Amino acid sequence: MTITTDDAAVQAVTTVMLVGVGGQGTILASDVLAKVAAAAGLDVKLAEVHGMSQRGGSVDTVVRFGTQVFSPVVDPGSADHLIAFELTEAARWLHFLKPSGRLVTNSRTIAPLPVLIGDCQPSTGIEAALDYEGAVFIDAEELACEAGSSRSANVVLLGAMSVGLPFPVELWREVLAGRVPPKSVEANLAAFELGRRACERGACEL
Amino acid sequence: MAHSLLSGNEAIARGAWEAGVSVAAAYPGTPSTEILENLARMDGVRAEWAPNEKVALEVGIGASVGGARSLVTMKHVGLNVAADPLFTAVYTGVGAGLVLVVADDPGMHSSQNEQDTRNYAAFARVPMLEPTDSAEALAMTKAAFGLSEELDLPVLVRSTTRLSHGKTLVEPGERVEVPGRPYAKLLGKYVMMPGMARKRRIDLEQRLSRARALSEDSPFTFEEARGSAIGVVTSGVAYQLVREALPEASVLKIGMTYPLPEQRIRDFAAKVERLVVVEELDPYLMSNLLAMGLIVDDAGLAHIGELTPGVVAAAFGAAAPETRDPMEDLPARPPMLCPGCPHRGVFAALRAMDAVVMGDIGCYTLAALPPLSAMDSCVCMGASIGMAHGLGLSGGAEGRPVVAVLGDSTFAHSGLTGLLDVVYNGGVSTVIVLDNRITAMTGHQDNPFTGRTLQGGSAPEIDIEAVCRALGVADVRTVDPNLLKPTRTAIEAALVHPGPSVVIAKAPCALLTKERPDPFAVDEEACTACGECIRLGCPALSRDGTARAVIDITLCVGCRQCVQVCKYGAIQRTGAACDIGGSR
Ligand SMILES: Cc1ncc(C[n+]2csc(CCOP(=O)(O)OP(=O)(O)O)c2C)c(N)n1
Repeated sequence: MTITTDDAAVQAVTTVMLVGVGGQGTILASDVLAKVAAAAGLDVKLAEVHGMSQRGGSVDTVVRFGTQVFSPVVDPGSADHLIAFELTEAARWLHFLKPSGRLVTNSRTIAPLPVLIGDCQPSTGIEAALDYEGAVFIDAEELACEAGSSRSANVVLLGAMSVGLPFPVELWREVLAGRVPPKSVEANLAAFELGRRACERGACEL
Repeated sequence: MAHSLLSGNEAIARGAWEAGVSVAAAYPGTPSTEILENLARMDGVRAEWAPNEKVALEVGIGASVGGARSLVTMKHVGLNVAADPLFTAVYTGVGAGLVLVVADDPGMHSSQNEQDTRNYAAFARVPMLEPTDSAEALAMTKAAFGLSEELDLPVLVRSTTRLSHGKTLVEPGERVEVPGRPYAKLLGKYVMMPGMARKRRIDLEQRLSRARALSEDSPFTFEEARGSAIGVVTSGVAYQLVREALPEASVLKIGMTYPLPEQRIRDFAAKVERLVVVEELDPYLMSNLLAMGLIVDDAGLAHIGELTPGVVAAAFGAAAPETRDPMEDLPARPPMLCPGCPHRGVFAALRAMDAVVMGDIGCYTLAALPPLSAMDSCVCMGASIGMAHGLGLSGGAEGRPVVAVLGDSTFAHSGLTGLLDVVYNGGVSTVIVLDNRITAMTGHQDNPFTGRTLQGGSAPEIDIEAVCRALGVADVRTVDPNLLKPTRTAIEAALVHPGPSVVIAKAPCALLTKERPDPFAVDEEACTACGECIRLGCPALSRDGTARAVIDITLCVGCRQCVQVCKYGAIQRTGAACDIGGSR
């Protein structure tokens, strides 16, 4: 059997990278994104890592969609969108973002272990450096509290992310509602909306 | 059916289910765990957690001999434990289809070592399939059962982290109901004493030569003809990287990688000017191609860790894309014990006692890192007990207390035999079982000590104290590790006991505790910046600019561990995070 496929497809792939701290809910957010892209009729690949790093380590998830997607993993300089759930992680993964890519980051920090115990100084100037790199800052925890639960900060960021992606808002809402526990659908849709609005106020333009 | 977005693990479960699997057994292990968790929710399947991989495989072999299509899953290191039954199960062959899924972890995202299971396939002589995405994971797993029956051999499906935990589109099919085959007593087939085994060894070669023929015809092996300049031989997820990195290259993607389709490889080699192999981990395909006498160009790819499209492209001379400058001097972010983790109390005590701690594998291994720094070793599941006994025999600890520390699931997996050894040989080790009522590291699976089964049934909640006594340990005590002083007292008492002793530190995993007491905050006036609480290594605790402690109230779960170490009463209850304006 010999198969030939359209190799131009590689060109038409969008790569979104979600980074944060294990336990922050990057997996749920990336799952919703991947399902939205699939529901829109595109080919999708998602790569995430479970296990050890989920215990408060640095985590990254990659979602790629387009006409035909091959690799689930990516290299520095190849993400079109970098969505960071925490400030230091935004900095850690910044070089994965294309020079022309979009950076949305939570404005909160979570101190990593070496900083907590005083083995290492907290980095200074991250916010300014990210600002220089064109970052959009979202206070996800504050908006999540506003939406009714501090636990939905990940969905606030999902809302912010959705503004820059080519899918209709109804599709996002539908997939999100189907993916979270029934009891929390309302709070999550509210969190999504607040994240979206924070972006629509102009902050998230490419 | 419409396309669904499934992880490799979901797809493998689905494939087994569609093939009519009726018995499945496994021991959890990242990245393989979710296969059985998914299968357990499907109709018509009996799915069980076994205490370890060897038992899981033996359950699978028995079910297969009894005529039921059976699935056994594990992570790569699990196959070391299950290797013993595997090497002989290829001699006996199967009753009904027996499929073994083993998930490797290139890059060690969540493992203590890196192993390439493809070597096991060749070593044990088990036919092996290597899926490249979720759709193939489903199709191959489904086909593997028929292949197993056709060849009278177990069949191995090899996954890797990026397959198991990657999601891609899949078109699920229907389940075929496969009637059970009646059990037949066949001494020459199932009793592997030397006389019978010698005959089966010869028969095995015949079955393998049939497997070779099937490999040549496998629909999972395909050739993609592009230019003739470069021809890449590849398999598994590496195929996807090749497609992305080398769009001009011709590709031979091998689906059945043991036995290899040698004729197809030779035919492909004859068509290209430069023959190369792209594979993750060991040079498995490479050495086979060389052994076939082919001239293979070494692209110089590393045999350590994961590959990426960029790494593959660079090996073939592509320039790296333009990137932003990486930011320098960022603090590392290793994983850490969760806020409220009950393991913390035990390690705080062990550090204070300057104990030599032979450790084991689970969430608690994180206590090896500062500031707890209270674990001296981590080798394999259950190793802590034998190592503590051996270290005791060596005399190297020079009077410092020596303890073994392992989790409840690890104790069931392979701690029992270690304890038996200590008792039998008159050892004096102190063993601490961290009984957090769950297998936490791999995402909260039940085990023989939790009183529940994989499919939600209740099970006898096996009493760890009674088990230890039955194994001959006279000094057994249980303590709540959230109470720091009593925990230390219990460990000290166990250490002075003249014979072997066991301390069971029993308190549920903090992630399973539903009630969330209000968080604590530090009274700035009362805090003297002594750092005692910081040394617990709690994610919610850090020092402010004046070195005084501060608590991140969005992370604090109100466990009170830090309250117990504060000599100045500086840590006080406060209100819920959102009520008092979010975190700092
Ligand atoms: C042979 C083998 N099988 C499976 C694993 C994967 N694994 C690592 S830790 C762990 C479970 C540990 O559970 P437990 O001992 O209860 O400790 P906890 O994580 O709950 O603290 C498992 C299954 C492994 N490392 N080696």
